[in-house]
Amino acid sequence: MKIIVLLKRVPDTEAKILINQEGTGIRKDGVKFVINTYDEYGIEEGLKLKEKLGGDSKVTVFCLGPEESTEVIRTALAMGADDAVHICDPALESPAPFTTSAVLAKAIKDEGFDIIFCGKQGIDDDTAQVQGGIAEALGIPQVNIASSFELSEDGSRALIGRRIEGGNEKIESALPVIVTCDKGINEPRYASLPGIMKAKKKEIRTRTLADLGFDEMPAAGRSKILKWLPLPKGGECRMVEAEEVSDAVKELARLLREEAKII
Amino acid sequence: MQLRLSEEERMIQKTIRDFARKDLAAVADQANLDAVFQDEIYRKLGELGFMGVTVPEEYGGVDLGTFCLTLALEEISMVCPATAIAVSVHNELANSIVLRYGSDAVKNKFLPAMASGRSIGVYAITETEAGSDVSAIRMSAVREGDEYILNGNKIFISTGDKAGVIIVVARTNADDRTGGLTAFLVEPNFPGFSIGKTEHKMGMKASTTVELVFEDCRVPAGNVLGSPGMGMKIALGALDGGRIGIASQALGIAQGAMDSAVLFARERSQFGQRIIDFQGTKWKIADMAVKLDAARLLVYRAARMKDAGEQCSKEASMAKLYATRIANEIAYESMQIHGGVGYTEEFRIERLFRDARVTEIYEGTSEIQRLVIAKKVIEEYEQAYPS
Amino acid sequence: MAKDVLVFGELRGGKVKKVIKELIAAGKIITDGNGGSIDAVLIGSGAEKEAEKIKSLGLRKIAVIDEEILANYSTEGYAGALAGMIKEEGFGYILLGATAMGRDLGPRTAAKADGVMFSDCVELRFEEGKLIARRPVYSGKLSIEIAAEGDYPVFVTIRPNNISPAETGGDSTEIVSRPSGVTQEMIRAIAKEIVPLAGGRPDVSEADVIISGGRAMKDAANFKILEDLADLFGGAVGASRAAVDARFAEQPLQVGQTGKVVNPKLYIACGISGAIQHLAGMRTSKVIVAINKDPNAPIFEKAHYGIVGDLFEIVPILTEEIKKLLN
Repeated sequence: MKIIVLLKRVPDTEAKILINQEGTGIRKDGVKFVINTYDEYGIEEGLKLKEKLGGDSKVTVFCLGPEESTEVIRTALAMGADDAVHICDPALESPAPFTTSAVLAKAIKDEGFDIIFCGKQGIDDDTAQVQGGIAEALGIPQVNIASSFELSEDGSRALIGRRIEGGNEKIESALPVIVTCDKGINEPRYASLPGIMKAKKKEIRTRTLADLGFDEMPAAGRSKILKWLPLPKGGECRMVEAEEVSDAVKELARLLREEAKII
Repeated sequence: MQLRLSEEERMIQKTIRDFARKDLAAVADQANLDAVFQDEIYRKLGELGFMGVTVPEEYGGVDLGTFCLTLALEEISMVCPATAIAVSVHNELANSIVLRYGSDAVKNKFLPAMASGRSIGVYAITETEAGSDVSAIRMSAVREGDEYILNGNKIFISTGDKAGVIIVVARTNADDRTGGLTAFLVEPNFPGFSIGKTEHKMGMKASTTVELVFEDCRVPAGNVLGSPGMGMKIALGALDGGRIGIASQALGIAQGAMDSAVLFARERSQFGQRIIDFQGTKWKIADMAVKLDAARLLVYRAARMKDAGEQCSKEASMAKLYATRIANEIAYESMQIHGGVGYTEEFRIERLFRDARVTEIYEGTSEIQRLVIAKKVIEEYEQAYPS
Repeated sequence: MAKDVLVFGELRGGKVKKVIKELIAAGKIITDGNGGSIDAVLIGSGAEKEAEKIKSLGLRKIAVIDEEILANYSTEGYAGALAGMIKEEGFGYILLGATAMGRDLGPRTAAKADGVMFSDCVELRFEEGKLIARRPVYSGKLSIEIAAEGDYPVFVTIRPNNISPAETGGDSTEIVSRPSGVTQEMIRAIAKEIVPLAGGRPDVSEADVIISGGRAMKDAANFKILEDLADLFGGAVGASRAAVDARFAEQPLQVGQTGKVVNPKLYIACGISGAIQHLAGMRTSKVIVAINKDPNAPIFEKAHYGIVGDLFEIVPILTEEIKKLLN
């Protein structure tokens, strides 16, 4: 089975994110970049499937990103992926989500695929759009925010669980399918020392837009980021007071809904 | 010397850092309170390859060098210095000695299990009368046919009760003080071997420290490491690696203590401002940072030299002397910044403070390190300016 | 380019979700700036009945797609139906709630309709002929303003509770039934069943909402009131070390230096004074609410919202109030 895992290089979850001096993006100096957290679940799920199937099943990593992405690709190879395709082109410095989808879909199609795993979203742009675009471009079903995955006994269908409000939805899908993984689907393994040593010898194939047969960037020119805005500074604790305790509590509930927007 | 980490080294660092901060941190506080050795942690470290760092691939190791081990010990020690002890001793002393001095039969029999962490190697030199002075070893080994009969006690043996393989140096010739020592590989199931008393220590509590008792303990002659009489050479030859190991451990303690101090000072407010904003705290932080970097440079230099096959006794001793000293200083200042809560078991600094102390004592006291350094320095002057 | 706006009315359990009123209000921002009309579409069983409920919100037309094959949500079925309608009728802007369904359906439909998409928006405006959306990025550490360019259908998912809902008023809207054109072969991933969540709360380290109790809980049995509140969110119950040491709660629930470090969306600290050891474990929570008798308790320095009083009085009322808001 040709198992594809997608990964993106993003700033570490704990990194402090600041806007750059020109106001055109984030400051990258001093920021540690890692594999997108949710993509790690995708890698692990792909590796688990390969181990279960055995035989000539193979896990190929696809990553669209700058040259520096080789380090996160190498980490995925060290975790156990077999080889990788790195789509790297100066024109793809900050691609729109559907540009990424179109380019990745083409590259995946060129390589061949039976199933695709990735994270439910990138923790940088937080768009959760790329997978939908890939699924459409490849003409395959998608199952988002998976919390469990297995193949049916005859191996012809994917059985996927997803947590929804109040329950677990069980989805059955034809193959190929793109599955986006949520926290909790598995516990991603560490890249072991032997894995790191082996990864050095694994192949990373680099592809440019031209290599993939694009004369111009697909799905480009449809949006433009105008401005980067810092978060408003958190103020002091807001003390909720009222004559009657019940009124104060009512007000607190209202603030949590309307101001903090968490209910 | 290369100061920046290579891509491969950064990947190694990330693996061990993630492991330390997640798996190890989850058990470290309780393990040290209860003084319980964490078998499961070593099993996982073995799976990840950290118990066979310098062992060649043919024996199931990963064939990386001391520098890789330094990175690992540093990360582990930020979270739990006690855990680093067995990792250091096992890799730098037990694995290296078996690899270098074991016969093919011994290597084939023991190394694969050691490299995977299934069998932990320990190192037994110290006796009541033989500490820094290895030549004072009294434990006797008398040849009897195809076996040696060992009699005597070894004390302060880290992880001695968990060992699968014990490297023991004993006296085979009473008349030759330095040339009369021989190294043996002892398995804990050999008749006549037993575990003596357990030490109750000030720190490093998740690492057990025991006495090993040999009463007519029979060891096959094939288990002699190197050849009879090479014991002193083997023991001294392992010193550099061992010292770099403890220096790396001290570096981790210092980094852990510094991290706690800065994070705490940022949170804690007194007299209406964060204590990190007081000048007194800033001075402490600056001093800690400089010491830490200086120590790291010394430790990394020694590790890189050892990997390059260069003579590095002076550099290893310098790294150990300085890193262990500043680990204590930084732990001290960090606790001072924490104030009262830093003296409670709830904060890691209390543990790091206690754990730091022994690093200036074991694997060659600071006094011994100074003797080594001075000897080398004086020799260098003799070379440059012959008298 | 096409000016008309299409609003997707999400049905869950046969009821249209309230976010539709916010989507209509968002649609008005576009039509106010750009002209055009707003239509809505409801897909699924009970669509027609629910359409009646949004009849007087100033919509031009409500399309209802109620077919057996689309009775329950499927990405491919719904995306096929929606994209077909967009292509045939030529909408310029398509608005969906940034709910689980909207976040799944939006991108797939946008790709199918060869459009552009802005996810998870919190604010919209129309300026100089362009739709401009504000959306958080980097897990909410920053936000961006992004403008639509060129002549492509613009898809927007809007986070609930950010735009004031549309007021009732306006003419009664025409409701028309529409065929979807979706066939069984188009739907290859199908929801077979929904298994209701078994009891049991998530671990504190994984929960989005944590209700924690301190020494002031006085007794293990009293944690029941925290559990009732936590269960409204599918959240976890946590405890301070003082509460664990006093055996009011088990150690795995402990939040703080020697317990778990947590980072939920909502952390409600009940009767926790806020020792630095505790703060170390929860200070990165997105929203912190403190309930404490002592107005000088240090927890209020880290909290976003505070209320001074008896937790045994406050917590049950809060549970009731939140229950009302959630229904």
